[in-house]
Amino acid sequence: MLQNLAKLFRYRGLIRILVARDLKARYRGSVLGFFWSFINPLLLLLVYSFVFTVIMPGMHPEEIRPYGLFFFCGILPWTWFSSSLSESANVLIAGGNLIKKVLFPAEVLPIVAVLSNLVHFFLGLPILAAFLIYYRRPLDPVELLWFPVIVLVQLLFTTGLAFLISALTVHFRDIKDLLGNLLTLWFFSTPIIYSMQMAPENYRWVLNLNPMTHLAISYQEVLFHVGPHGHWKWLMALGVLSVFVFLAGYFVFDRLRDSFAEEV
Amino acid sequence: MSIPAIDVVNVSKVYRRFARQKQFATLKSALLKGSLIRDLQPDETFPALRGVSFQVPKGCTYGVIGRNGSGKSTLLKCVAGISRPNSGTITVDGRISALIELGAGFHPEISGRENIFINGIMLGLTKKEVQKRFDEIVEFAELQDFIDAPVKTYSSGMYMRLGFAVAIHVDPEVLLIDEVLAVGDQGFTLKCLDKFAEFRRRNKTIQLVTHSLDLVEKFCDQALWLDKGQTKAEGEPKRVVASYIIDVERTEEQELSKAESARLAASAKGGTGDGAGGKLPDNPVESGEAPADMFKATEGRWGTRELEITGVTLLGEDGQPGHVFQYGEAVRVKMNVRAHHPLKDFVFGFGIFNADGVCCYGTNTNLEELRPDEISGEGEVTFAIDSLKLVEGTYRLDLAAHKLDGYPYDYHRLLYSFRVKSRTKDVGIYRPDHRWHFSPSIRFKSGSGPGEG
Repeated sequence: MLQNLAKLFRYRGLIRILVARDLKARYRGSVLGFFWSFINPLLLLLVYSFVFTVIMPGMHPEEIRPYGLFFFCGILPWTWFSSSLSESANVLIAGGNLIKKVLFPAEVLPIVAVLSNLVHFFLGLPILAAFLIYYRRPLDPVELLWFPVIVLVQLLFTTGLAFLISALTVHFRDIKDLLGNLLTLWFFSTPIIYSMQMAPENYRWVLNLNPMTHLAISYQEVLFHVGPHGHWKWLMALGVLSVFVFLAGYFVFDRLRDSFAEEV
Repeated sequence: MSIPAIDVVNVSKVYRRFARQKQFATLKSALLKGSLIRDLQPDETFPALRGVSFQVPKGCTYGVIGRNGSGKSTLLKCVAGISRPNSGTITVDGRISALIELGAGFHPEISGRENIFINGIMLGLTKKEVQKRFDEIVEFAELQDFIDAPVKTYSSGMYMRLGFAVAIHVDPEVLLIDEVLAVGDQGFTLKCLDKFAEFRRRNKTIQLVTHSLDLVEKFCDQALWLDKGQTKAEGEPKRVVASYIIDVERTEEQELSKAESARLAASAKGGTGDGAGGKLPDNPVESGEAPADMFKATEGRWGTRELEITGVTLLGEDGQPGHVFQYGEAVRVKMNVRAHHPLKDFVFGFGIFNADGVCCYGTNTNLEELRPDEISGEGEVTFAIDSLKLVEGTYRLDLAAHKLDGYPYDYHRLLYSFRVKSRTKDVGIYRPDHRWHFSPSIRFKSGSGPGEG
């Protein structure tokens, strides 16, 4: 398993070109093309801002205003996470031709799914930056150093789950359908449209068990809240967990690898 | 002795088959029944390869032949490393490129140019290497004008050509080919063959899976015949191909005789010797009338059976009954007949029809001016063909006993079939004895093979 894992590094050229292909192919044929990567999060932001500030105003405590910005800090990384997982559920089956007919390292496929969504996440950041400037939010440069760490933890965690889901979906096709609903539940169990403080005291422990909670709070702490990053202990713990998730996901993937060519 | 390019030792591959309801097993049901682990275990297995061993020396072109489902492609996939054998070892020395499916991994939405890069890198090249070979690839695929169009706009031929061009330019040490020569037109096929020849010259190893025995004979240094996952023969291509052909003929023989007995059984159900007059669908027996159009090919049996054809045997040159004959073989068609009472008016007829139902030849004893005198009891009629001059194909026989005016005693229409094999792939329904003559200014490289020469 570790040998195979080491091989991953050798595939970086392949991974890079496949991510580029994914990005190119995604908006091929649309008029606005690449701009959709910016427009999509912007529209999402407008929809939620409209719902929570115009239709249902006054629901939010002072500390999470402007609400649109608060929400955006959580939804961007969440979109990366959830689209990576739902794409990786399909990625081995869609790439069946490669696995069956070409000597092709299958683990590249879920990695590509996660990474191309990471690129979309990065493309959403300029929009976030624009809003930060618009609202004149103070940003602490030292605190911003945490940002790559949070991204790295999320990358490990997401990739581990992507391995697990892509490998299991080959055998149980209905994971695809199950996953859609699971992700919706997961979204609402993560403090993205609400803040941790808004959750009832006696349910917070449940939210604390959710790894995505700590990622979302970390993003909010660094990008939204003024003051030092107070959540770093949780983040470090999650970092350790993510390494385990990554290794476990890869372990399952590696064990099932031989069955892909026959089952896909 | 140097290390072989491909070394396969005692390889077995078992495919797992899941029972129907298990195939559709879902995670939910697996969890509910607690059978998650069990569902991941095979419950029925199908051996695709059973202890296959062979070695391909460096620079050798190695052909693998065998029927559909004999494990050829599985073997190739195992050698390519796409699937893993259950037991045994495979060692391949050098970079492999497998032409198993062409253009696998092309993305339809993006251009041929970008796809060449992606496909090349997938097959193990670096970006620089692809860059260097790019023009050559495009030229080989004959796609200069379309290289910037999205691949989804390509015709299937263009798609295949591009896939082939990329795969062949990976410049592998070991090239695995699975029946992919059937891409594009004749010109392109020739180009592919040229490319393979170039590979051979450069001392690369090729393993080729094909149904084209011709290709194996002409092109390969060694051949392997796989049958039901086992090695049936290995070695000199001509010898392997010959034994394969013999085996195929034997199977065809069995199939033909099986089909024939099925047809006989079907027509016997219609009306047996008692003359009681059962009915065949379009052959009314009571009236003893033949179908309206005698040249229309509908199989069946009719007649009064006063004079009955009780058995028919086709005998080859060796005197053994058979259904597959070589062109030019001496063949005899033997009919056992029985007259239920002495008859003075009788004619025996014979006809050959090809697979399209076209009458290639027909005759009878009356046409050949044999005047009937008397027949009584059991007898034997033989139609002897000194030299079977039919083109390759499947033929059916008409055999009949009737009165001079055509009133049928026993008419067997298209109930017997045989196959003719020929080294010459000439066509048609009639092969006149012939030879070619050329004036000295016209020369040919070698003898034109079998035939009248």
